[in-house]
Amino acid sequence: MTFNSLLKALPESLAKLDPRHVFRSPVIFVVWVGSILTTALAVVNPSVFTISVTIWLWLTVLFANVAEAVAEGRGKAQAASLRATRTETVARRLTRTGAEEQVPGTDLRVGDRVVVEAGELIPGDGDVIEGVASVDESAITGESAPVIRESGGDRSAVTGGTTVLSDRIVVQVTTKPGESFIDRMIALVEGAERQKTPNEIALTILLTTLTIVFLVTVLALQPFAAYSGKEQPVVVLVALLVCLIPTTIGALLSAIGIAGMDRLVQRNVLAMSGRAVEAAGDVSTLLLDKTGTITLGNRRATEFCALPGTRTLELARASYAASLADRTPEGRSIVELATTNHGVEDLTSETTMESAGAEFVKFTAQTRMSGVDYPSGAQIRKGAASAVTAWVRESGGTVPAGTMAIADGIAGEGATPLVVAERVGSSPAQVLGVIRLKDVVKPGMVERFDTLRAMGIRTVMITGDNRLTAQSIAREAGVDDFLAEATPEDKMRLIGEEQSGGRLVAMTGDGTNDAPALAKADVGVAMNTGTSAAKEAGNMVDLDSDPTKLIEIVAIGKQLLITRGALTTFSIANDVAKYFAIIPAMFVGVFPGLKALNIMGLHSPESAMLSAVIFNALIIIALIPLALRGVRYTPSGAAAMLRRNLLVYGVGGIVAPFIGIKLIDLVVSLLPGMS
Amino acid sequence: MSETLSGLLTLTVLLGLLAATHAPLGGWMARVFTDDKDWRVERAVYRAVGVNPRSEQTWRSYAVSVTAFSLVSIVVLWAMIVLQKHLPFAQGTSGMGRSTAINTAVSFVTNTNWQSYAGEVGTGPLVQTLGLTIQNFASAAVGIAVAIVIIRGLARQQTHELGNFWVDLVRCITRILLPLAAIAAVVLMAAGVIQNLAEPMTIHSLAGADQQLRGGLVASQEAIKELGTNGGGYFNANSAHPFENPNAFTNLLEIFLLLVIPFALPRTYGIMVGDRRQGWTLLGLAGALWGLSVALTTWAEVAASSGVAGSMEGKEQRFGTWASTLFAASTTGTSTGAVNSLHESYSPLGGGVILTNMALGEIGPGGTGSGLYGIVIVAIITVFIAGLMVGRTPELLGKHIGRREITYAALYTVVTPTLVLAGAGASLAMSGPKSTMLSHGPHGLTEVLYAYASAANNNGSAFAGLGADNPWYNLTLTVAMFVGRFAPMILVVALAGSLVAQKKRPATAGTMPTHTPLFLGLLIGVALIITGLTYFPALSLGPIAEALS
Repeated sequence: MTFNSLLKALPESLAKLDPRHVFRSPVIFVVWVGSILTTALAVVNPSVFTISVTIWLWLTVLFANVAEAVAEGRGKAQAASLRATRTETVARRLTRTGAEEQVPGTDLRVGDRVVVEAGELIPGDGDVIEGVASVDESAITGESAPVIRESGGDRSAVTGGTTVLSDRIVVQVTTKPGESFIDRMIALVEGAERQKTPNEIALTILLTTLTIVFLVTVLALQPFAAYSGKEQPVVVLVALLVCLIPTTIGALLSAIGIAGMDRLVQRNVLAMSGRAVEAAGDVSTLLLDKTGTITLGNRRATEFCALPGTRTLELARASYAASLADRTPEGRSIVELATTNHGVEDLTSETTMESAGAEFVKFTAQTRMSGVDYPSGAQIRKGAASAVTAWVRESGGTVPAGTMAIADGIAGEGATPLVVAERVGSSPAQVLGVIRLKDVVKPGMVERFDTLRAMGIRTVMITGDNRLTAQSIAREAGVDDFLAEATPEDKMRLIGEEQSGGRLVAMTGDGTNDAPALAKADVGVAMNTGTSAAKEAGNMVDLDSDPTKLIEIVAIGKQLLITRGALTTFSIANDVAKYFAIIPAMFVGVFPGLKALNIMGLHSPESAMLSAVIFNALIIIALIPLALRGVRYTPSGAAAMLRRNLLVYGVGGIVAPFIGIKLIDLVVSLLPGMS
Repeated sequence: MSETLSGLLTLTVLLGLLAATHAPLGGWMARVFTDDKDWRVERAVYRAVGVNPRSEQTWRSYAVSVTAFSLVSIVVLWAMIVLQKHLPFAQGTSGMGRSTAINTAVSFVTNTNWQSYAGEVGTGPLVQTLGLTIQNFASAAVGIAVAIVIIRGLARQQTHELGNFWVDLVRCITRILLPLAAIAAVVLMAAGVIQNLAEPMTIHSLAGADQQLRGGLVASQEAIKELGTNGGGYFNANSAHPFENPNAFTNLLEIFLLLVIPFALPRTYGIMVGDRRQGWTLLGLAGALWGLSVALTTWAEVAASSGVAGSMEGKEQRFGTWASTLFAASTTGTSTGAVNSLHESYSPLGGGVILTNMALGEIGPGGTGSGLYGIVIVAIITVFIAGLMVGRTPELLGKHIGRREITYAALYTVVTPTLVLAGAGASLAMSGPKSTMLSHGPHGLTEVLYAYASAANNNGSAFAGLGADNPWYNLTLTVAMFVGRFAPMILVVALAGSLVAQKKRPATAGTMPTHTPLFLGLLIGVALIITGLTYFPALSLGPIAEALS
């Protein structure tokens, strides 16, 4: 927060002095009413004290509005840049006969089919039903690299306002104009649809009842004061009331909520509701897809296991040759492993790769092998153990006993064995060895799961792999549990089980078949690359489509709740010092002994009361950055977190105003009329 | 033996007795309220009133039963008091004025036992025994029943069933209060408390005046008066009267009796929610507040005794300072309101502490049952504020503290401060009520504040000095007692209703632990800051101003 952003928020803050707006926060509304009252008193019977208190009461209300306006301002800037992309588009709609007609983008209805070609804006949200194209989605994601969108499968969803860079696609519109993804995003970041979240409502209720209790306290004080021979001026009672009611948290509460959503937006995650952000803090089970979240996307070759009688270099060379034309990640990882272990020169020196005419054999689902055929008649094959051994036997060769032992050993560890065989001329083929393909756990995941465990969050890995493979990866990554050979139904069942045990579940998903699970989960984060069904079902969308972000989302949810709790504690703890400032000031005239309660040694009754009021207002401004940023959050167990926050915001909340009020009093005492 | 030594010895014996009874009594109470068998005598009662003991009630139905039972009790008791001159064993007592009678009826049914009348003069043995003593049992049992309801709300899950009020009420009397009171009465009798139906006796005192000595079934009433944290004395002088509390032993026994159930209930809580450590935390809060007030009151009075005036004014020679302050701190900490010394005569600090005991909402350890549910409310507020600081929606024992729950808990904390401050404020603002005050200045303010704090928190002890037997005080204090008893009770039962419907969430490392010393410290802090701060302005014009002048 800079001074500039404060200044920019000022006009908005003044507009928010409207009672209809102030009424949304009962605590601030009480201050507002008090300000009106003291203003009237200051007009009727002006004094330095009354006028000063009046000014600072208005500032208290204003500062509360500033907090909210600054928080909203950040979203507004974002919304403005989004709105700029929502330019008027002309859609090329396909009629029933297949002819094209030009219509304004706003006229599109659900089910309409439109043609979009390179260089054109996609007129509305929809699914690609024909063709494949690269699309620039930087308008929403901020990511400049284009993404591929194609018909069928899980990459069919396109967003209105994004640009097709190449090719031609036909899009079937899935949302009405005005309700598109961008429209919803604008509404969300602007906070136009912001509704109080359940926890925010509960906290408001507590703050309101505290306000009522203090209202009673102050109202009842007047007869006590009158009885004691020291009836209090109304302005003093108003000052006391404002100091006692939890204005700090009351002023910052909505800013904290807006800022929490905003922190998600900054990480390119859109929460469809504040409720979802809160739920993220409560999550106790994370369902994480193995591929892309826990492991580096695909299996990688990690070792060449040559059979006895074959040199490793020989095996590496054959594997390299057989994989050169293999564009799959596995194939590339074999090339990479061979090159790192042996160097390209070694690999190519004895082969006849360069000689023209080498034919690459592509992998098919039928053969389950790939390889290369040389003009000399030499053949190399790599593939699933059963397929390659069958090929060897077919050629009249025998499979050495060691082959299956190695392959089974690798499979037993949860890795995948690929057998490599070579046939020279017309002699029978012979097995060279086995490549070990393995899932590689992303660096740092083990530590992250340890942290999650310390936070009391259970992690469950979801994978389509078989049990053995899944178990091995799960153990390596350090997740608490895994679901192997998972079908969408299995996922649903798992979520149901966790929820019936009273746990809140978070998951990510992108496919249409993930949609039911996303909807059932308490926090369902849909990937932006996913289908519109998935995005519709989840309550958050990750624009970067990074499933690992789920962990950050949980942290942001927790931070939001912690910030609320910390500032509430701080606000209430502040009251102790304010009592010590105001009560002796009010009654020291009739009971001189009460001077002993003036432990801060404040200058005079007037300066003491005014200082408390000023502190009360300034602390709001001082805490706006904290409310926007969120309190420092280091993932740890609840007990440790409570200890730390209690020390900082509880004990700190008791001590800080003693110092603050004293310092302000030193300045205020210089004012005239403060003797 | 020096007074300090005997004081410390009394305290040690008391703590020993409480420690020895905590586990067995707490365990027994947990069994009473979870037992699925009825005693024969209980079955007879259920048949007589037409209750199916196996049917469970929802929170609404339970709350209706509590209120209906109490309203009927008030009407019956009021009629008995008003009509007592036409009933046998009146012993010449003429009954009370109508406003005094309604005050007395509400007072005994709400477990307050504020006595606007002089005990032995206002009521004869029949009303004392069949009216007041029965209410001493019933009102204590109602309090315990409501405490059990909130425990069930936390212990059970995904149901609407909170138990059966009539079963809880009857079992509490037959299995807990009657047996304990019977034993206590016998011991008290053996130690010298009277128990007879003798006609009043007139004696000529040494000073030459005639004095009328009344007898009565005192020991039996004394036992339940303390055990049920009622506090309504047979005699006007209450436990300062030699027939009620003749010696140091009975004094110790009476203090023990008024503390025994409130200090054992946290154990019942721990057992019933399935985690005894949770009970220890609640016990810790109750024990800390009680210990603090005993220490402060004793320190204040002992310090005052070295002053010119000494501190024995209003205290009985046979008890001395230590046994008087121990009684005073315990009776105000348990919502009992029995007194063995005159609270008005305490030093400003000592008087302020016992006033604060009540102002905190009677949670150190509080009345039978009412103390426990008061403590649970503090725990819920604490969990709500602190629970957010660990980054989760707050929960207590796996139950969410959401919008509904915090509404009930927060309203609970509004009720008594509003009654006390509004009542005392109104009394001081009007000239009529102000004229019946004995003292002026801060001490007078304390008198009035004390009266409303005592009534609204159902304590019933009087600071004395305030002439409260007039329509204004009788009626406003009646309202304070009634609302101060039943509004919180209904809120607690409603809270239990919304808790019991919830599913329990399993505790993980991310759950805020509610059994640690840190949480205990937090509970104490919240109790003192949230409730205590409400009274700070008023206290600073009463006891604090007096102490500092």
